[in-house]
Amino acid sequence: MGLLSYFRKESPKKGSAKLAKDRLQIIVAHEHSSAASPAYLPELQCEIVAVIRKYMDISSDDVKCEFIDKAEDGISVLEVNVALPRNK
Amino acid sequence: MAKVIVVTSGKGGVGKTTSSAAIGTGLALTGAKTVVIDFDIGLRNLDLIMGCERRVVYDLINVINGEANLQQALVKDKRTPGLYILPASQTRNKDALSKEGVEKVINDLKADGFEYIICDSPAGIEQGAMMALYFADEAIVTTNPEVSSVRDSDRITGMLSSKSKRSEMQLNPVKVHLLITRYCPERVEKEEMLSIEDIDDLLGIDLLGVIPESQDVLSASNLGEPVILNQDSDAGKAYQDAVDRLIGIERELRFVKFEKKGFLSRLFGA
Repeated sequence: MGLLSYFRKESPKKGSAKLAKDRLQIIVAHEHSSAASPAYLPELQCEIVAVIRKYMDISSDDVKCEFIDKAEDGISVLEVNVALPRNK
Repeated sequence: MAKVIVVTSGKGGVGKTTSSAAIGTGLALTGAKTVVIDFDIGLRNLDLIMGCERRVVYDLINVINGEANLQQALVKDKRTPGLYILPASQTRNKDALSKEGVEKVINDLKADGFEYIICDSPAGIEQGAMMALYFADEAIVTTNPEVSSVRDSDRITGMLSSKSKRSEMQLNPVKVHLLITRYCPERVEKEEMLSIEDIDDLLGIDLLGVIPESQDVLSASNLGEPVILNQDSDAGKAYQDAVDRLIGIERELRFVKFEKKGFLSRLFGA
């Protein structure tokens, strides 16, 4: 066991650049998408939740607002997903 | 036509000031009148890296506040003809940098015949950094092959395209260049370090140069002599290549491949 782990010692370090790149790709893509969305988006989301709550019981996590920039079509899309509870 | 070039990065300690000093010196050596402005208000260091700290009398904030004129504040480099530095204030608050004030200084420098105005940005994304990049025509984004530096470089690149004067006035966008510093081909070979290709994939910025990790950079700063003046040094040569590319001369990348030392060269230290 001790001998085996001695030989394995190098493995986490080796190839860590690949992991760095993968992590960066995700975070950079995420930051780009959030940078494109307007600052009022969280507030908008809260208000949508408040309106729906007048009629049914949902939690604030059930509403997802996303701003998608479709540069190639020259438009931006506001996507609102509302997950409704069952049997309502 | 005068060019305003910001040297920026987001993250601290990646080599902005070292690069500003080296590139400013390299541009002045082409015969172009060049000034390097230190925007790190409260933490000036460009003077130390360029070895003129004892000749600083007035600074950028004095000029902006009208307490000194530009000629009084500019420090002439003793080694390189046509090279000047405009030091940062060591005592003031960074809010002392007003957009109007900086604009006037840059316009006065242009009127004075400066061809290159290099803005050495402080780290972060506060007032000093935003003012350093606001008037830029071109930007040199300095990046270490390291996760936090790459992420911050991506952020600052976003700011160049949204918070600069060129973006606000809807002029041609700031021309952004990538300068990778502290690159270690041996560690890249071992897949311990992000490669040039990795960083290029992530940031998508035109590569201006790759400066290898080198002990000469520390010695150069100890001496207060921009590392580009040491043409025996790989880092110095790599900065020279970067300057050449900046003015449109094509140069192949050097010092980016790891060469295993053979038995003989190890023996003789070649």
